[in-house]
Amino acid sequence: MSRYYTEDHEWVEVDGDIGTVGISEYAQSQLGDIVFVETPDAGKEVSKGDDVAVVESVKAASDVYSPVSGTVLEGNDALADTPELVNEDPEGDGWFFKITLSDASEVEGLMNESAYAEFVSKL
Amino acid sequence: MSQQVQDQELSGDPEGGEGEPPLALLPLDAWHRARGGRMVPFAGYEMPVQYEGIMAEHLWTREHAGLFDVSHMGQLIFSGEGVEAALEALMPADIAAAKAGHPVYSMLLAENGGILDDLMLTRRDDGSIYMVVNGACKWDDIAHFREHLPDEIEINYLDEHALLALQGPKAAVVLARLIPGVDALVFMQGGLFQWQGHDLWISRSGYTGEDGFEISVPTGAVEALADAIVAAPEAKPIGLGARDSLRLEADLPLYGHDLDTETTPVSASLGFALKKRRREEGGFPGYERIMAERETGPILKRVGLIVDGRQPVREGAAVLDAEGSEVGRVTSGGFAPTVQKPIAMAYVPVAQSVVGTKITLVQRGKIHTAEVVQMPFVPHRYVRKGA
Repeated sequence: MSRYYTEDHEWVEVDGDIGTVGISEYAQSQLGDIVFVETPDAGKEVSKGDDVAVVESVKAASDVYSPVSGTVLEGNDALADTPELVNEDPEGDGWFFKITLSDASEVEGLMNESAYAEFVSKL
Repeated sequence: MSQQVQDQELSGDPEGGEGEPPLALLPLDAWHRARGGRMVPFAGYEMPVQYEGIMAEHLWTREHAGLFDVSHMGQLIFSGEGVEAALEALMPADIAAAKAGHPVYSMLLAENGGILDDLMLTRRDDGSIYMVVNGACKWDDIAHFREHLPDEIEINYLDEHALLALQGPKAAVVLARLIPGVDALVFMQGGLFQWQGHDLWISRSGYTGEDGFEISVPTGAVEALADAIVAAPEAKPIGLGARDSLRLEADLPLYGHDLDTETTPVSASLGFALKKRRREEGGFPGYERIMAERETGPILKRVGLIVDGRQPVREGAAVLDAEGSEVGRVTSGGFAPTVQKPIAMAYVPVAQSVVGTKITLVQRGKIHTAEVVQMPFVPHRYVRKGA
């Protein structure tokens, strides 16, 4: 399994042709207290870069973009009632959705963990 | 991930656009940064939006005591022969009847009855008037006063004074430890106090719905005073983010958002500020329109909404009628930390302003439903009898 990051602070963990998507620790720290998350429905076809989810903190609403193309397998239902999971565990239990990748090679354009850490350190 | 909508406090910088002068620094700028304050542009200043987090700071203020730096606000002293009548010509307050030392809420009105700013004014024992106006409006306000007040009225801008607010149920015990006697003040009463040789003007008032104090302090003493206050275990510094959510829950409108030149005291549901003698005698800008609106009702009225579900509906969302036409707008909104629901202030047609009315809203193409509720969303806890 490998984890990749976007410059927009999404992550995708790839296991075979299944990806799990969320937002990074850095993103949640910038957003502050998260009060609402809207995740995509199963079956939705998405292209890399589409806005597929919404995350709202006390102070702002943000779009979440899909880091890869494919078909949504499921959204994280737990976030409907406990959006604070994204603050508590953004790169674990606070995942947003799972997706079946249509083009596994797309992850090659993303950053790995160390490249993303380097990217964030310069922000 | 990218931000689509910024909080109104974060984007609320009418003076900070391109070609504007650089942002000013608060007297406590370094103090805020040293305490982890995240600084953002607001009202022409770099101001702390949060320290540990808006939710935690909001709840702390409702439970304990929060220290706010509101030194961006304009503190003005008006003096001279006939100052009361001269100011009454620009606003609907009954300044002549105001008890010395007791702050009064009022609004600077345009000729058409629109609101130029909202403010607090206090008549002092020496006959002068102390006024606090919004930071984002203060330069325009001063220009307006200079243009409209007679030459014999002197306007003194207190740029050597900072303004702190200590708010919350523990505010009185914290402040009285430093400044004995402040807890004898009651809500909307002020007085002159001494602290370490400095004169402080302190009133029991604020912008959170909680008990608390506003403290005008010479800039040379503000850091020591802020240190002394947050040395108390009950007190923490609180940023603009929580100030916004606290005031929204308390039904306290924010100028530039819930109030502007398109709104009047009647449409803004601030009729209490139209004092009886002034309603009878007139003599303030917009008098005829405002009295007509009082008689027949304004077209739109400011109300409070609780939004169904969990998603916040923020400033700029449209209010729709049954046909889907836009008939009003949300002027403030967000997730309310104490209420634990999304709440909003909105201007809606008078027919839809009755408590219990269902309201349809649209934000970024998505329909939300809401209900008109009685404000404040969280009961005020003002101390009307001295401790």
